[in-house]
Order: sequence, then structure tokens, then C-alpha cells
Amino acid sequence: MSDDILTVKNLKKHFVIGQEGTINRKPITVKAIDGISFNVREGETLGLVGESGSGKSTVAYITVGMYRPTSGTITFRDQDLFADSKGRPLALKKEVQIVFQDPGSSLNPRRNIKQILELPLRIHQPDKDRLHEIIRLLDLVDLPPEYMHKYPQSLSGGEKQIVAVARALATNPSLIILDEPTSALDVSVQGKVINLLIRLQREFNLTYLFITHDLSLMRNVASRVAIMYLGKICEVAEAAEFFQNPQHPYTQMLLSSIPVVSEEEEAAKPEKIISSGEIPSPVNIPPGCSFHTRCPYGMDICKQIDPVMVETGTGHVVRCHLFEQPQEVLQPATSAAPSPT
Amino acid sequence: MSTPCLLEIKDLRVEFKVYGGVLKVLDGVNFHVNAGEKVGLVGETGCGKTTTMKAVLRILPMPPARITDGEIFFKGQDILKMRDRDLGKVRGSGISMVFQDPTAALNPVFTIGEQLGAVVQHSSPANRRLSKRQIREKAVIPLKEVALADPERLLDSYPIQLSGGMRQRVCIGMALATDPELLIADEPGTSLDVTIQDQVLRLLNGLVESKGTSVVLITHTLGVVRETTDRVYVMYAGNMVEESPTRKLFAEPLHPYTQGLMQAVPKLTGGGIAEGIPGRIPSYLDPPPGCRFHTRCPHVMDICRRQKPPYFKADEDHEVACFLYAPHLDQQSDERAAL
Amino acid sequence: MAQQVKVEEFAPAITHQRVRELQRQNRKENLGRAWYKFSRNPLSIIGGTTVSIILFLAIFAPFVAPYPEHAKPFTDFANASQPPSWQYPFGTDEIGRDILSRVIFGFRFSLSMGAVVLSIVVPVGVLLGLVAGYYNGTWVDTIIMRITDIFLAVPPLILALAIASVLEPDLFHSMIAVTLMWWPWYTRLVYGLASAQRNEFYVASAETTGASTPHILFGEILPNMVSPIFTKISLDMGWVIIIGSMLSFVGLGVQPPKPGLGTMVASGAKYLPDQWWIAMFPALGIVVVVLGFNLLGDGLRDMFAAEEA
Repeated sequence: MSDDILTVKNLKKHFVIGQEGTINRKPITVKAIDGISFNVREGETLGLVGESGSGKSTVAYITVGMYRPTSGTITFRDQDLFADSKGRPLALKKEVQIVFQDPGSSLNPRRNIKQILELPLRIHQPDKDRLHEIIRLLDLVDLPPEYMHKYPQSLSGGEKQIVAVARALATNPSLIILDEPTSALDVSVQGKVINLLIRLQREFNLTYLFITHDLSLMRNVASRVAIMYLGKICEVAEAAEFFQNPQHPYTQMLLSSIPVVSEEEEAAKPEKIISSGEIPSPVNIPPGCSFHTRCPYGMDICKQIDPVMVETGTGHVVRCHLFEQPQEVLQPATSAAPSPT
Repeated sequence: MSTPCLLEIKDLRVEFKVYGGVLKVLDGVNFHVNAGEKVGLVGETGCGKTTTMKAVLRILPMPPARITDGEIFFKGQDILKMRDRDLGKVRGSGISMVFQDPTAALNPVFTIGEQLGAVVQHSSPANRRLSKRQIREKAVIPLKEVALADPERLLDSYPIQLSGGMRQRVCIGMALATDPELLIADEPGTSLDVTIQDQVLRLLNGLVESKGTSVVLITHTLGVVRETTDRVYVMYAGNMVEESPTRKLFAEPLHPYTQGLMQAVPKLTGGGIAEGIPGRIPSYLDPPPGCRFHTRCPHVMDICRRQKPPYFKADEDHEVACFLYAPHLDQQSDERAAL
Repeated sequence: MAQQVKVEEFAPAITHQRVRELQRQNRKENLGRAWYKFSRNPLSIIGGTTVSIILFLAIFAPFVAPYPEHAKPFTDFANASQPPSWQYPFGTDEIGRDILSRVIFGFRFSLSMGAVVLSIVVPVGVLLGLVAGYYNGTWVDTIIMRITDIFLAVPPLILALAIASVLEPDLFHSMIAVTLMWWPWYTRLVYGLASAQRNEFYVASAETTGASTPHILFGEILPNMVSPIFTKISLDMGWVIIIGSMLSFVGLGVQPPKPGLGTMVASGAKYLPDQWWIAMFPALGIVVVVLGFNLLGDGLRDMFAAEEA
């Protein structure tokens, strides 16, 4: 599809973290990502939601090039991001940038803002007047040029994160991955950073892959949302549809647990599904559907067979046995599809 | 106050000595918790909430920190004047604290059983003489109370083998093992997943019901406070700016800072992202005169720049430290005296 | 404070000036803060002062020592074995040389030993540690660290003896011995630090931006290790001086009649306890210089300590 900037096909990432057994040493594998496929359209903000162990950060790290996939492909504008085994070419590194979650550790404490912003400029635009560019970047994110000589420690959390955004912009990328960009910030600062991101998106026609666990934030930022659980995608839908008509039991559980501040929001939440038990560790993923240990609607089939993605509405896909019609697995569900309420 | 206060903080002032001068962090903090109450303390990073609670337990690092004024009473006794021996009795069985980062609060080289056992052993003189097996039996109880599966096996595990949520619950269990009358929980859900946070908060609620423990819940997430507390304090830059029963605070926040916070939270029902509160928290080295919030306040008046607002009663149990709610402008001199 | 500089309107000329101004301001503030942290502990100041004085003495020894010619071959049996007096503050040794002057010249040998050894050991050790740490888990790491382990396994004094038996014993050769056994400690230190650092997000950021490996090693990781490395250097000065003195004491280092501190202790030891000053003052010299560097090292550690936000 020509207006998909990023296409992920059947991506898997397994980490071998050790070995068990003394004689027949079996490797212990963490299946951080276990077969996911999704597209990101140019100019949109795709939200990726999930709790710990879901693999959402791993998706981010693979996309930006920190890890290589175990199998599967990621293509950026029809170019395989991992075609070159020696490492990603600079031209592609320039296009895909990332803003990390913790501004405290994503900015080198021993480098001042000028040096931090200078690095990408030096690599990708060696000819331009760097000082000029740095001032321009700071201006883009509403920071005064005097900040150049400050070190990250003297900046507030919000300002640090804004510098991280400026750094991501320095290479003129097309796709920016935002890994929990405001999770470490106070709510009164969050708005500034998010609104800045939205403004920059419009100004530079950027595409965002926005990762967060904060569903209320996601509601107001993403155009489409995908939710992950233990390395697999459970549901994908347009934002409004995702929140008004959540179909996967995990989505409903998550939505019903979030703390909100007003009565209207309380009413908008699905009925309370009390989560019981622990989140399984990605080392020991339960057989069948990985969510069946906590699912209130678990059926026998859930313990044995992993469900596949089924389309239940325009652009709305769910991976759950509740939505599978026998022998019609890959066809769009009709209005007779059961939805638990 | 007819009900006896379990914990009462009066006009607490704390300073920190650093390069460049003195950070006047706490600027006259007033706070109280009654028996059996769940009180929330809401404030953002750097407002002084953790400092306040550490002052209560007297675990502030005293060379840089200094308590310059104020009193803290626990069950009528003055904590700041207590000797170490008596303080030891207050810590643990009187007041217990669950810290923000469960990974840092647990010693990675000892098993859960060893750490819990140590807490149990020192929680009362009688326990000190118990045998290892008896202590182990006692240590299982808090783990069961916090709904952890397979507590026996957990006792032999190391913190690194547990997930974040389990570690947090172990910390809560450890805090409860001493059977405290007051539990201070510092951001108990912040590093946890939403579904686990939900479980933990529900757990805290249940414990209060069953044991009558009072809880102080410190957090920067408004939504958490709404579901789990009876009364809320809002704190900004070393001052309590609003105090109200929870329901009232959310229905009608009065202080401009509280209003700003409520607006800044993204809503599940949509509506975009509010710009947030402009500006930054003031420097503690050189705090602004008058109301510490006035530099960011959309309703700032002349008097706000000159005088620090005392508490005004907006309602019988709803107090706001803001001149917008001063009953009558020429009663200011009385209010000043009341400071 | 937050002025929006519209770059298209203002020529960069103004900003360049501002930039230099800001740089100067920043540097001043950083120095001020560094001094504040250093001076919290009065012992650090004592250490720093001691080291400065000794450095001065060592550099200007020929002008500062009362009898500079006594550091060269010299005899004056008439004034031999004099106890400390106004004329000879540290007394004279068994052939009449002024001990104070010889101690001052002795500092020269000690400091130069330290400086030469460390100026080789530190770059080599740090570089190897950086590379091994950054490539942690690969064959590069294995090779470098196993070589390091081998060097660490050789007993230093045996190594010095071996070198001495092949080459003639003198200061230069004992420096070679100490250098060979010292570099692994820096590699070990930096290896541990670099292995931890490489997982930091700012390193990942530099990698995903496309920075070259030398930049990542020296521009991103190394600046964060400055504190432990400099502290170690300061403490190591003390150690190298002690080891050098030890080697001189057993006859492998500075050869008599040159005034190495260890050498003087060795030759003066046979006159204890009656002519105690012959051995005592050189020994005290060793103590003072080592203590000075240790206290300075503590101060440096405090100075580089991370700021609490």
C-alpha cells in the first residue's frame, strides 16, 4: 500500500536469556514479540498500548534499529529496514527517530544541550551552519537559545523531554517513535509536550508511533490504536471506535481499571472487570490464547488454540475466539458477532 | 476537632542547605489524619510531599535538611522532641511507610523471607525471642494479606525473581507486618501496570476496612485519589493549598492550581489535551513573595504578590489557601494574624 | 527570560557574542560549584595544598633545597651523622649529606615515577577497558579481558625482579615493571563502568542517530567516567610512589647515591635507632606525599560527585 509508511509483517523477537537443565540444555527464551503485523499510514498517529511484558517497547526498539528481528520484516516506504546485515544505512537512520521514555537517561548528563543537538546535525548535515540550526531547533520547540549551554540536570523533566524531541527532529525524519514520552512527567507539563508534538506533526507532516500505557492520553492523541498483550496484538481499531466499542476482553479489562477524574469518564468506562492473578512472565507464556489465565470469558478452546485476527468492523480487528465464526475465520464478522457486555 | 487526631502536622518548615544557599522547601505545612481515615496527598514532583512524610518519620538526611519550625504530633506525642528509643517505637508499629520504588526498597541480596523475617522479628520485644520457624510462620501472614499467590515459595525467592507488582505488594506486606496504626504509601501504583495498580489500591482499601488502619496515600495522579480516599490535600511548592473531602474536591475544585491540574488531565471521553499550567514550579532558593503559586495563577491579584494566603474556609470541611476565597477584604488583618 | 529569537531577523553575529558570553558564565558557575563540592571537606584542602607544595618543591628542587649539591655524589665526613639542627633541619646522613635537600630531590624521583607510569598506563588501560566494555559479550571483550587477567595474575614484585635480572636495576627499568603491572587495573575499572554505560539510553540514542563508534566511546561514554578515573589516578599516585619506594628499598629502583626516598630508607635503616633521622625523614616524606594524594583523591571524588537534583 503506497501510503503506508511502515509495514510490519509477522514480526518476531525472541531473546535467549539462559539455559535450563544440566544435561539437555534447553535455552530459556523470552518471546518478547511473537508474530505481529500492522501498518502505519503516512501522517497518522498510531497508538500502541500495553502493560509490562506486552512487547510494545521492543517494537519501538526494533523499528528504530536497536535490535534485529528474529524473523519477520519491517519495511519503511517499501525498503526493508534490516536489508543490510552490517547495520542500517545512514539514510534510513535519518528517517526513523525515537524519543525515549526517561528524559533523565536519554540525555547524556555530561553533555550540554548544544552538544546534544549538534551530534545528529554533525552526522547528517555536516555542511550547514550548526549554530544556526541549533537555534532554529530550539526555537521550534519554544526553548530560548540561552538554553544551549545548560546541562540536562538544570532542566526540568518537561524541558528535558522537549530537548529530546528537538534532537529527534534534527535529522528531519519522517517517522518518530514516541516511547512513553510523557510517562515520567507531571500532568501539568504533559500538555505542553503533547501539544508541541501535535503541532510539529502538522507542521512537518510527521508520522508518529505513539506508545503509552495511559489510555486517557491515548484517547486524545492517537488516530488509531493497537493493544498488545504478551507479545501479540489483541485488537486494532480507529481511536473513537476503540474506546467506545472495545471488543477484546483485555481491552475491556484495561479500560475498566484506569483511574479517571470525572463522572462522565466513569460512565464511559466499560463495566468493571476485576483482573485477578498476575501478568504471566514472557518466559512462561500460557498455551493457547496467552490471555486465558485472566480472561473472564475463557472457554475450553482458549486454553488450547491461539486465536487469529478477525475483522469485526471497518478497520477494527480483534484476536479472540469470541469473535471467530467457525469456518469463517478470515471473513468479516457479520452483525451477529457476539460482543460481551 | 472532636475525633482525636492520629497524626497532626502544624506549620512545618523544612530547609535544605545546598550550593548557592538554602532551599526553603516546606513553608508552613499543616496536615492531619484521624483514626480510620484514608487521606490523599496530591502534588507534583518537587512539591515536598515526600519530604513532609519523611519528616514525620524523622528519616530526612539531617545535614542538608533542617526542620526550622513546626510541630508533629502522633497520638498526642511530639515526634520532633522524641528520643531515639521512643522514636523506634513509633516507627513500625505506629507509623509505617511504603516507599515509591519497590525495587530500591528491597535488598537484592536477601530473600523475601529474610527481609520480612527481620521486620517481624524486630516489630515487638516478644517477637525477638521467637525461633526461626516461628518467625517464618508469622512472615507468611502479611504475604497472604496482600493476596500474593504461593506465599511459602515467595519467602525463599529473591526480589529480582518477582515482578514489579509483586514487589510492591511485598513492600506493603512488610509495612503491615508491624501492625501499624498509620500506613503512609508513597506513590504505590506509579511504577505498576494499570491493572496491577488497580489490584494494589483495592487491596489497600480492603486493609483499611478490615484492620482500621489509617492510610496516607501520596500520589501525583488525581484519578487514584478519587477512588481510594476520604479526604484530600493538594500540595504545591511546599504548601498545602486545598483540603477537602474527596467527592467535593472533584465535583468543585476551588484552588486555581487544583483546577489547573484537573483540566490538564486528559479525559477518557476525548476533548483534546489541555495546555497544562504555564510556567515552572518556583525555585526554592528564592521563592516568590506572597503566594508561591502567584507566578502561574490565571486569577492572580495584587495581594497575592505581597502576602501569603492563609487557609480560608469555603465550606465547613473544605479549606483553600487562596485570596479568591477571602470572606471579606478588610478581614485581611485578622487573617494575617491567624497566620 | 524566554525571549523568542527569530533567527531570520537577527543575524547570527549577535548570537555568537551571546554564545561566548554564556560559555564564560557557564564555565565560571561550573568551577564555582566544583570548588564548593571539593572544599566541603577540609581534609581535601589539606591534601590539595600538600600535593601542590610537594609539586613545587620537586620542580624547583635545585633552587629550593638548601644544599642542592648534596643530591649528587658528595661526601663531607666532618659533618657526617649530625642530628637535626638549624643548619641541617633533617640532619645529615652517614657520609655528611643534608637529608632535607636529598628528600626534596627524592620527591622528584617519586613524582616523576608516578607521572611517567600513569601517563602510559591510563590511556592504554582506559582505551582497552572502553573497547572491551562496549563490545561486552563478544570475542573482543573476551580477548581483552583474558589478557588483562593474565597480567593481573603475575605477582608484581616477581615481575620487577625478573625485569631487574634481565636489565640493570635502575629507576627507568623499575618504571617499566610498574607500568606493565598497573594498566590492568584501569582496564578492569573502565570495563565495568563501560559495560554498564552502554545500556544507557543516551548511548542508544547516539547509535540510532548514526554516530561513529569512536564518538560513542570517547564522546558519550568516557565523559561519564571522568570521576572514578580521576579519583583513581590521584590515589594511584600514592600507590605508585609506594611501590616505587618499595622497589628502591629492595635495591631494584633508584640506585645509590641517587636520593630516591626508598633508597634512603634502605640505607638509613641500619642506623636505627641511634641515628634515627637518616631513615625517618625519607620515610616521613613518603608518608606525606602519599597521604597528600589520598586526601586529594577524596576531594576529587567529592568534586565529581553527581549533583542531587
